[in-house]
Amino acid sequence: MRQSNIRSLVERRPRKGSSARIVLIVFCLCGLMSCKREQRTFQQPPSTFKTYELTLSDIQPGSPPPAPSLNNPAEDRAYEVNEGKRLFTQYNCSGCHFNGGGGIGPALMDELWVYGDKPENIYATIIEGRPNGMPSFRHKIPDNQVRQIVAYVRSMSGQLRKDVAPSRSDDMNSRRSEQRTERKTPQESGLPPSAQRP
Amino acid sequence: MKLRRLKYQSALLFLTGLVAATMVSCGGIQNSINPAGPQAQKISSLWWLMFYVCAAVFMAVMISLFVAIAKRTSHSSLQPLLNPLLDGERRRRNAVISAAVLTVVIMFVFLIVSFSVGRSLTAELSNKNALTIEVTGHQWWWEARYLDPSASNIFATANEIHIPVGVPITFSLRSTDVVHSFWVPNLMGKKDLIPGKINTIWLQADKPGVYRGQCAEYCGLQHAHMALWIVAESTDQFNAWRQNAEQTSVSPITDSQKHGQEVFLASACVMCHAINGTPAGSNIGPNLTHIGSRNTIAAGTLPNTREHLAHWIINSQDIKPGNKMPENNLSQADLEPLLDYLQSLK
Repeated sequence: MRQSNIRSLVERRPRKGSSARIVLIVFCLCGLMSCKREQRTFQQPPSTFKTYELTLSDIQPGSPPPAPSLNNPAEDRAYEVNEGKRLFTQYNCSGCHFNGGGGIGPALMDELWVYGDKPENIYATIIEGRPNGMPSFRHKIPDNQVRQIVAYVRSMSGQLRKDVAPSRSDDMNSRRSEQRTERKTPQESGLPPSAQRP
Repeated sequence: MKLRRLKYQSALLFLTGLVAATMVSCGGIQNSINPAGPQAQKISSLWWLMFYVCAAVFMAVMISLFVAIAKRTSHSSLQPLLNPLLDGERRRRNAVISAAVLTVVIMFVFLIVSFSVGRSLTAELSNKNALTIEVTGHQWWWEARYLDPSASNIFATANEIHIPVGVPITFSLRSTDVVHSFWVPNLMGKKDLIPGKINTIWLQADKPGVYRGQCAEYCGLQHAHMALWIVAESTDQFNAWRQNAEQTSVSPITDSQKHGQEVFLASACVMCHAINGTPAGSNIGPNLTHIGSRNTIAAGTLPNTREHLAHWIINSQDIKPGNKMPENNLSQADLEPLLDYLQSLK
């Protein structure tokens, strides 16, 4: 009697083991998922952007050069986008653009862009300044911080990946978080009357 | 025989080391059992009370353990012990009960003493306001603003807090980012700095000296490099220091210093740092009005020398990875004058 009991236990064991093995495999797979972690680098790589020199004419001798292919490395790193969010307030961008809704300066969370929505456009806007209000931050903000701010500005209208965009504010939320903002299709809004040259 | 002597010698060596370590820990500038103020004195007394009582209990337990081993009964005589009515068994049971009761009594005494010490540390807070200093925790440095009824006498400094000896000082603690904790062990216990909330403590230094404080609540990558210094000095010395600290920055004199000021105002420095008396007025980073008179930079991380300052300005991420100061690609022709200017800000 006792022996048969033991045998039944022994026979049952593989079945029990197989479910345990599945759980184990799932756990291991979950562990593997955590292997892909964003690398935070503190030493900044040299910029792929170049500082634009302001020209007063759009006409160039010969054919125009091909547009340089640029990418903003900060747009792939959640840490850097969050730094951009911090700097947006600390460097007082919010003084004119408010929390993206605009006020003294244009809104940044909508789909309308006066001077272009590409990273290099926003970079140029910050570095060069724009007529009627936008100051030039050339030499005042280090290059890598400008890239962080550019990435954050684009996250405001949902242009960045959801896992990179900031998830919540430290303060009371005045609007949906950047992560939950739906992606807007950028449009050229044209120059507002206040910015047109007389 | 040889082995036994070796064991004896190593045990002796270990004990000597332990005693030496204890002796060393009695001094020091960041040590709660080297008190320099009334509150730290209370904390220290409480600590020693707990130490002596626990040491006595430990010795008693060890002695009874060794006595029990020495008086162990042989295996054959174990059988009669199973009878609970035996005299020896009753005695043992009484010993266990009285030890348990004694433990509870000791713990209660500790509880009451500890509670009353904790209460007395913060008692009469409102009377202890000979001087109020507003300390704000940032990742990863300390901002200190000396409050004054007349607004023109309010000034800000960072990481180095001078206080007069023998006077209670009120600290109003706040934070701009995450929770930090203000702890200067020689003077007072810990108190957290919580964003959106103001915590208050007072402390008093009775002995002049320099005491090191440290953030005591994990606050991110450079938590370990978030130190501050309390410089306790006589009232005359403190007043002289304060009078200087209230002044706006000295004007640059040499050509090099003048160029240094231009570099400061035209580059990224001006976006975060303030130098009173110049257009630089941002309060994101430490106030640099009197940076030349401070002993350390980067929240107590490095001595304030020309080399360290240059390293910090050019590549601070090398020293404190993750800190909020960006890299600055200044040319040698700009950096040297900038250092001249910053060092002249006494």
